[in-house]
Order: sequence, then C-alpha cells, then structure tokens
Amino acid sequence: MEEPILEIVDELNVSGVYKELSHPASGGICVFIGAVREFTNNEEVVALEFETYKTMALKEMQKTVVQASEKWPFNKVVVRHVVGVKKVEDPVVVVGVSSAHRDACFPACRYIIDTLKQTVPIWKKEIFRNKEVWVSAHP
Amino acid sequence: MELLLFGIAKDIVGRSTINLSPDSTLPGSVAELKKLLVADYPDFSKLSSFAVAVNSEYANDDVVLGHNDEIAIIPPVSGG
Repeated sequence: MEEPILEIVDELNVSGVYKELSHPASGGICVFIGAVREFTNNEEVVALEFETYKTMALKEMQKTVVQASEKWPFNKVVVRHVVGVKKVEDPVVVVGVSSAHRDACFPACRYIIDTLKQTVPIWKKEIFRNKEVWVSAHP
Repeated sequence: MELLLFGIAKDIVGRSTINLSPDSTLPGSVAELKKLLVADYPDFSKLSSFAVAVNSEYANDDVVLGHNDEIAIIPPVSGG
C-alpha cells in the first residue's frame, strides 16, 4: 500500500479522486461517496453539521486502512471527511481504494467506511426546521 | 487536568473544555473520570454510551490518568 491520503476538510471535492487512486498496478478502483440525504424518518433535514477530534480521527483512519490492507491487498487508498455545515446533496465523505482486481477494492472500501462510522471520532448533528439532534447519541 | 468535549458532550456541559482544578481530587483512572462526569452531569447517563480517549487513543476503564495527558470525552460517533 502506498502512503494513504487521509484528510479532514471543510469542502469536499470528489472530482479529483480518480487521479488520486489511479495506479499502474490497479485494474480496479472502488469509490464510495456519502452525501446529505433530505429526509430522516420522513422528517425534512435542512442541513447536517459535522465536527471532529481531528488528531484522533486521523489516527483512527490510519488504523482502519492498515487493518483493511492486511485483509485485502491494495495499492492506493483515500479517506476524506468533511467538517462544518453541509446542505442536502453535498458530499460529506469519500472512501476510495484501488487494487489489482475488484475482489480486493470492493470489500476494502466497504470495510473502511463501515469501520469509520463505528470508530472515527466524527459527530453529525441533524438540523431540522424546529430541532437539532446529535445522531446516535441516545438509545 | 483539561478535558476536551465534543458533540453532545459539549452540549451537556455547555462548553468545549472542562478544567479540573489541581486542588480538587483528580480522577486517577478512566473509570473514576466517567463516574465523576455522570455525578456532575447526570445527562451523560442518558447517552447510548460514551468513551474516553487518552492522548487521542481510546482508553479502557483501567487506564491511569496523568496530569499532562490529553483527555477527551467521546460520545457515540456518527460520521459518514
């Protein structure tokens, strides 16, 4: 695995990710993009607000991509997540993996986004018209 | 000893850091810190869970806390 690209950013531009993942030994590139959805349980979401504990988030991202690389061989990886207020349809996270064949990059990409959601210290607040809710905070 | 607060933990306490004065009894371990927080701010007990990070690593209850450690309260994460 080449040096991973791991970033917390204010604005996420996903258009350059192909170039970041392209590699002469990679015949497969898998990219997941998470975006702001308009409705949660039939309630209209005005915006999402993300915050992070950056030093720890980058460390946890690093651990996650190392774990993934031990399970599936890949050449390049990008994990980039936003902070701040994001509107409906804005991209908020991109995870991309490039590998020799698709049977490595698909599960690696899935593992990285699933693990990120469980361990990386990033918090999301849903802003509705009349209330704000930190996601997953309460049972 | 300074605690960093994020997400709903910041809302519960009403600010982004807590300074535990050296004069008061400082928590010696992660478990003691959790107990202290729940006692001072009962809303912490209503959360699904919360973790503590010491020097930006998740820390088990038995981890010992030092004066110069960077300590953070990690409520349930929800990135992505």
